[in-house]
Amino acid sequence: MESLIYLIPAALFLGLIGLAGFMWSLRSNQYEDLEGATYRALFEEDDIEEEQKEKSNTKG
Amino acid sequence: MFRIEHFVVEGLHCPKCIREIEGTLGENDKIKNARVNLSTQRLAVEWKEAVEDTLQNSEEVISALEKIGFKAFPFKTTNAQLEGDKVGKSLLKAMAVAGFAAANVMLLSVAVWDGGEMNESTRSLMHWVSALIVLPAATYAGMPFYKSAWNALKGRRLNMDVPISLAVILTCGMSLFQTYLKATETYYDAAVMLLFFLLIGRFLDQKMRNHARSVAHNLMSYKESKATLLHEDGHTEEIATEMLVPNQIIQVIPGGKIPADGTVISGMSDIDTSLVTGETVPQKAEKDTEVFAGTINVNGTLNIKITSTTGNTLLDEIIELMETAEQGRAKYVRLADRAASIYAPLVHFLAAATFLGWLLFSNVGWQGSLINAIAVLIITCPCALGLAVPVVQVVASSRLFKSGILVKAADGLERLAEVDTVIFDKTGTLTLGQPELANADDENVTPFNLELAAKLAKTSSHPLCRALIVACHDRDIPTIATESEIHEEPGMGLKATVNNITVKLGNREWCGINQNYLPNNRYSELWLKAEGAKPVLFCFKDRMREDALDVVHWFLRRQLKVILLSGDRKDVVDEAAEELGLSRYKYECKPQEKIEIIERIKASGDKVLMIGDGINDAPALSAANVSISPSTAAEVSQNAADFIFQSQKLDSVVRAYQVSLNSRKLVFINFALAAIYNMIAVPFAAAGLLTPLIAAIAMSLSSIVVTANALRLNFQKLYRSHEG
Repeated sequence: MESLIYLIPAALFLGLIGLAGFMWSLRSNQYEDLEGATYRALFEEDDIEEEQKEKSNTKG
Repeated sequence: MFRIEHFVVEGLHCPKCIREIEGTLGENDKIKNARVNLSTQRLAVEWKEAVEDTLQNSEEVISALEKIGFKAFPFKTTNAQLEGDKVGKSLLKAMAVAGFAAANVMLLSVAVWDGGEMNESTRSLMHWVSALIVLPAATYAGMPFYKSAWNALKGRRLNMDVPISLAVILTCGMSLFQTYLKATETYYDAAVMLLFFLLIGRFLDQKMRNHARSVAHNLMSYKESKATLLHEDGHTEEIATEMLVPNQIIQVIPGGKIPADGTVISGMSDIDTSLVTGETVPQKAEKDTEVFAGTINVNGTLNIKITSTTGNTLLDEIIELMETAEQGRAKYVRLADRAASIYAPLVHFLAAATFLGWLLFSNVGWQGSLINAIAVLIITCPCALGLAVPVVQVVASSRLFKSGILVKAADGLERLAEVDTVIFDKTGTLTLGQPELANADDENVTPFNLELAAKLAKTSSHPLCRALIVACHDRDIPTIATESEIHEEPGMGLKATVNNITVKLGNREWCGINQNYLPNNRYSELWLKAEGAKPVLFCFKDRMREDALDVVHWFLRRQLKVILLSGDRKDVVDEAAEELGLSRYKYECKPQEKIEIIERIKASGDKVLMIGDGINDAPALSAANVSISPSTAAEVSQNAADFIFQSQKLDSVVRAYQVSLNSRKLVFINFALAAIYNMIAVPFAAAGLLTPLIAAIAMSLSSIVVTANALRLNFQKLYRSHEG
């Protein structure tokens, strides 16, 4: 039973990390656009930069 | 200071849209950040620095988006919107805290329930740790309920939150007392689990309302709110409608909406007043004609001198009528609150009886009696009742949303289920507000004449010309514009030379036809006059929605009273009523009359559903028990309506009614399930046989049963009028 002395705090601590993570995601507006997020995951950052370069090139 | 501006973007649906919009706006140096929200169909633009003239900058964004094929509208965030978002977030936070506490306490509770070998001091430790988790969590997560319960009590009412708050507070208090006494049984887990389940229901309810509000708000933003101001030196300027003042002169192009009441000072055109009066035949407008805000200029540019603006236009009179009508509307008490007003006193009575029973007829003392009384409160706590209504409502509105109906008012479904009289407006509701050739059987309306008329009509954007072209398409008549020059006289008609013959297409005056020849005040008319030939009359009437007849009959078959109230002329309404087989109808109704009729029906005890779209229907929509508008309706009407449907078809109305009936049935079944559960559980609790384990199982089981029951709504077969 002595193990409870550190097991209970450990369990609570892990739970609190989860709670804090959720609160952080809520505060940083990650639930604002659930639909868009599913697509954004598929964007390649490099592609976007390249596209923009191309556009500015054609303009110039 | 940075500022963020919001836009509603039409036709946002794919990942490519996000990238195109964000990429294009990213090139603008003034914009720090542009972000598209696909769920809300909105775009947030953050400017690099505080910008002075917002109108001009918004224009820049709108025109940039127009270039890549998106139509954007400025979006004004309202306080209600922000408040709604905030409430949603705080509920989500409360839910997370309750969930965290429930999971962790359950971990400890299960150990205690199982703990055969657990000694007293360990159990006591477990209880104290539970208390440490639950007391702050229940204080925080229960706030929404405590506040609402307190407000209800202050107003001397009972709502569902009163027994909920009481149960949570007493459960925590009793458990703390038990912990202090080092007793075996505490109910910490029950308290937070209860909060967790209820918060799920509360959050879903809030989310549904926010969604409805946000979609309704988007619909509003799609409306233009610009006017073209004509300066004395002849140059024009675009300004917001709110900026207009009397005596200014504005220019309205064909197809444009007239932004304020005024008098025509030059130009000639037809005015479509159907949205304001319900009348389908366009009115002629020339110098000195009075025109009203909200009507549409059909052909020909008009210069209008404003006589009154926001605050004293026809529209404002309507809004005033609307507000009076709303005040007369008896406040609807929601089913959940009605259930609570029966349930709460009963529960409190049972708990009190348990306390007295144990105190008088046993020797457990006041502490033991109190514990048993609280056990009754815990087990009867309306966990299932708290979920019974919101879960059904959320399932119902998401089902309806998928079939093109927006539930704007939270209690709209409940009110719709009680309806026994259905009142339809005609123009724009039963009909589409689009003209259709009405006299195709006439001997003069030959394919030859239609083809000749189409040669001229092809180039015009006048609605009647369009309708003529559609009529030709329906009959496989070629519509090729004549190669010779076509002259268009605004407000009059068209003229061209075809095969060396002068042909005119337009109104009676334009074609030089005597007023007494084929008199007509029932249809919109278009005359065709070829030199040397007999003039041909094309009549147009408002096109009935494809399924108007089916829908009206659906309601009649179910023994509901169906009434047609229209602001249109007698002949037109007579014909429409006959076509639909309606015996009860009234024509040339003023907004005031519509309200009076509805009040009379309501006074006789019937519940009225009003379906309408025009500005003239808005007061009636507010006066009725429940109301539905198409998304093409005027802004005020959409504001007044409880439901909005986005479809060319009317069958949405039937679907909304079906879902509302089924929802009510499911809510009652849920209430019954909750009652049965209580009848079984209360005797155990009152007898002092309740253990924390049984409480936990009973509570979660009843919530699951109620939720599963609500999901059955998805299996209901909904009405669809047959295609084509």
